[in-house]
Amino acid sequence: MNSSVRTIYNGSAVPVAEIPSIDSTRFIQAVLDATGHGWRIASYFGTPDAGGTTLVCVLANNAESRLGLTRTHVPGRGFPSISSICPQAQLFEREAAEQCGLVFDDHPWFKPVRFHRPFVPGRDAWDRPADVPIRVGVMDYFQVAGDEVHEVAVGPVHAGIIEPGHFRFQCHGEEVFHLEISLGYQHRGVEKAVLGGPHPRTLHHMETLAGDTTIGHGQAYCMVMEALSGAKAPPRGEVLRGIALELERLANHAGDLGAIAGDVGYLPTSSFCGRIRGDFLNMTAVLCGSRFGRGFLTPGGTFFDITDAQRDDLLKRMADARRDLTSAVELLWNTPSVMARLDGTGVVTRATAVELGLVGLAARASGVKQDVRQDYPSGIFRMAHIPVATETNGDVLARAMVRWLEARKSMDFIEEHLRQLPAGGHRTPASPCGEGRIAVALTEGWRGEICHVAQTDAEGRFSRYKVVDPSFHNWQGLAMALRGQQISDFPLCNKSFNLSYCGFDL
Amino acid sequence: MIRTILTRIRQGHRTMQYPDGPPPRMPERFRGYPVVSSLAKAAIAAGGSAACPYGALTSEDGGTLDMGKCLFCADCPAGNIEFSAGYQLAATRRDDLLAHPGSEHHTVKQLSAELLRMFGRSLKFREVSAGGCNACEADTNVLSTIGWDLGRFGIQFVASPRHADGLWVTGPVSENMREAMLTTYEAIPAPKIVVACGACAISGGPYHDHKEVHNGVDTFLPVDLYVPGCPPHPLTILDGLLRLIGRVG
Repeated sequence: MNSSVRTIYNGSAVPVAEIPSIDSTRFIQAVLDATGHGWRIASYFGTPDAGGTTLVCVLANNAESRLGLTRTHVPGRGFPSISSICPQAQLFEREAAEQCGLVFDDHPWFKPVRFHRPFVPGRDAWDRPADVPIRVGVMDYFQVAGDEVHEVAVGPVHAGIIEPGHFRFQCHGEEVFHLEISLGYQHRGVEKAVLGGPHPRTLHHMETLAGDTTIGHGQAYCMVMEALSGAKAPPRGEVLRGIALELERLANHAGDLGAIAGDVGYLPTSSFCGRIRGDFLNMTAVLCGSRFGRGFLTPGGTFFDITDAQRDDLLKRMADARRDLTSAVELLWNTPSVMARLDGTGVVTRATAVELGLVGLAARASGVKQDVRQDYPSGIFRMAHIPVATETNGDVLARAMVRWLEARKSMDFIEEHLRQLPAGGHRTPASPCGEGRIAVALTEGWRGEICHVAQTDAEGRFSRYKVVDPSFHNWQGLAMALRGQQISDFPLCNKSFNLSYCGFDL
Repeated sequence: MIRTILTRIRQGHRTMQYPDGPPPRMPERFRGYPVVSSLAKAAIAAGGSAACPYGALTSEDGGTLDMGKCLFCADCPAGNIEFSAGYQLAATRRDDLLAHPGSEHHTVKQLSAELLRMFGRSLKFREVSAGGCNACEADTNVLSTIGWDLGRFGIQFVASPRHADGLWVTGPVSENMREAMLTTYEAIPAPKIVVACGACAISGGPYHDHKEVHNGVDTFLPVDLYVPGCPPHPLTILDGLLRLIGRVG
C-alpha cells in the first residue's frame, strides 16, 4: 500500500488523474498485497475505451476506515486472473469480462454472469457471434460425476412470488455436494443507461436497483452526487436519511425473521412478522407516501421534511411495532423445535466468509465484525454510533439472531433521533458534478455493504457508474452454506441470506 | 405453548374489515389518481412530453397523463402534477389508464359472466417476476399476509402454472425472462387471464425502451387487468382484484 494506491475516505471524490495508473504486474501485486493484508475488494471493474480497457480496483480497509483506489490500462484482450489465489475476485473478473470483453487467463470458472452483449459491440470475451442470440442460463455448469450422483435443476421460475434465478445442485441422495447459482434473468441494463448522466431517470434507476433497498442504494447515489458536486446535506437531512435507512432495515429484518419461521413451519411468528413488516413499511410511507421510500431522497438532502405531527405519529407507531416485534420474535428463541432446525444449519465458517469477501449480516453472522456504519461512517453515523451485532456460528440461527439484534439497535436509533431532530433545512440545492473526478460511496444497506463508484468525463457527465450490491459478494456464501446440507434445507438457507436477484443482475 | 397462546392473544385479530368495512387509511403523502385539473397546466408548462423522462405526460386532449407510464414521482419532473389520495388506479383496458381534463375515472370491469362463473369464487395465479426491482413482488406478497388475507376471497398464488387460472406478471419482461414467462403462460390451462402489476409490467416503467427489456407484458400477451404504480400500493392491487371478481363495484 504505497505509490500504487490512492487512499480516500467514504463519500469523497478525487480527480481521476490522482489514481495511480500502473502496469498490470504492479496492479496485480498491489491487489494481492492488499487482500493478503486484510483489505477487501469493494469494487473491481473495467471501462472500455478506444485503445483497450481500464481496470479500477476499490480496496477497503475496515480497521483503518480507508478506501484505496488503483488502476491499470489493458491495451490487449487478455489479462491474468487472480481468482485462484484471491477467490473474492472471481465474480468481479467474470463481470469485467462480460462487460468489456477482457479474457482473464486461467480463471477457474470463466463463464458469463448476466448473459448480455458486451458494452462495445464485437468485444466478446467468449467470441459469441453477434447474430446468434445469447441464451440465459446456458453455460458449462460444474458437475460431479459418479454412479449415485444426480443433478437437480431449479428455476428460473420458482414456486412462490420470488425473483428468477437458476440453481444447479450436485447431490448424493439428499446430500448436496455442490450448488452453482446462475443469474442474469433480471438484467435490465442499468449501468449502461446511466452513462452520460445524471439523466432525469437516473435517481429512479438507483431507487429500483433493488426495490427493497431503495434507501440504501438511493443514499449511495446521493453521496456520490454530493461528493462530485460539493453540495452537502444539512444536518436535519442527514438525520432523516438515517431514519429512513434504519426503517428499511427494520422492515426487511422483520419480514425475514417471519419468513425463516415460515420455512421451518412455525406459523405464529411467520404470521405476526409478515404483518409487522408492513407496519415498518407504512412508517416509511409516512415520510414520503411510498412504502419503499421512493421519492424520499434527493442529492443534497431529502425531498420531504417531517412535520411535528408526523414525528409524533412515527414515535407512536414505533412503540407499537417494537412491542409486537419483540413478542413475535422471542417466541422463536423459546421454541425448541424451531431452535433445533435453525441451529447448525447452513454453516459458513469465518475463514470462508473472509476468503469470499462476504459482507453485511451474512459476514457478521460468521463472526466478521464489519459494518459500513461503523467502519466508514458518513452522514448521521459519524455522530451516532450503532453497535455492530455479530454472532460466531455462521449458521441460519446466527443470521436470524444478527437480524434481531440489529433490529433492536435500529429501533433505538430511530426513537432517539426522532426525539432530537436538528432544526434547520432538510436539503441544499443540487449543483453540477465536477469534471474528471471519481467518487466512491459505501452505505450499509440491510443486506450489507453497497458500493457505488462514479467517474465523470471532461463535461462532468458519468463516463462510468459502477454499482455493487451486497448480493454480488454474498451469493457465493449461500452456495457454500449448502455444502453437506440436505437439499430440503435449501429454502431455509436461502431465506437466511435473502439475497437480491435484481440488485445482482442490474 | 402457553407463551404462544398468550402472544397470539396479545397480537390480536388483525385482518382488515375491507371490503365489508372501510378501507385502510392511505398515507398523507400518498400519490394516487391525478387531479385532472392540474394536468392542463402541467402539460402547457412542460411543453409536451419532453419533461417526463418516460413520456407519461403529453399535450393531447388538453394534457393527458398515462398512468401506465407514470411512476407517481414525488418530484414530478413534468411540472407539478397534483396527485390525490385516490388508490383506485387499476383498469381493464390500457386506454382507461389515460387521464385528462374531462376524462372519466375508469375502474376495473367485472369479468364476463362465463369467466366469473369459473373464477368468481376461486381464482389462482402463477406469478412471474420478469426483470423488475422486486418491489411489486413484495407488495403482491403482502396481500397474502394476515392483515390483507387475500385467501378470504378465494384468490391465491400457486406454485404450478398447471394449477393456475391466470398469469401475474411483474417487471418489464426482460429479454432474459421472455421465454420463461411465455412458457409459463403456455402451461396455464385455458381459459386464463393475465395481470400486469406495476409500471414496468404495463409499459417498461423506469426501463422503458431499454434494449435489454420489452415494454411490458402486452407486447406479448393480452392483458385483463392493469395495476399502475411504482410499485402499486397493496390496496390498489386489492381494489383491482375485487372489482374483477365483482366483490366491489
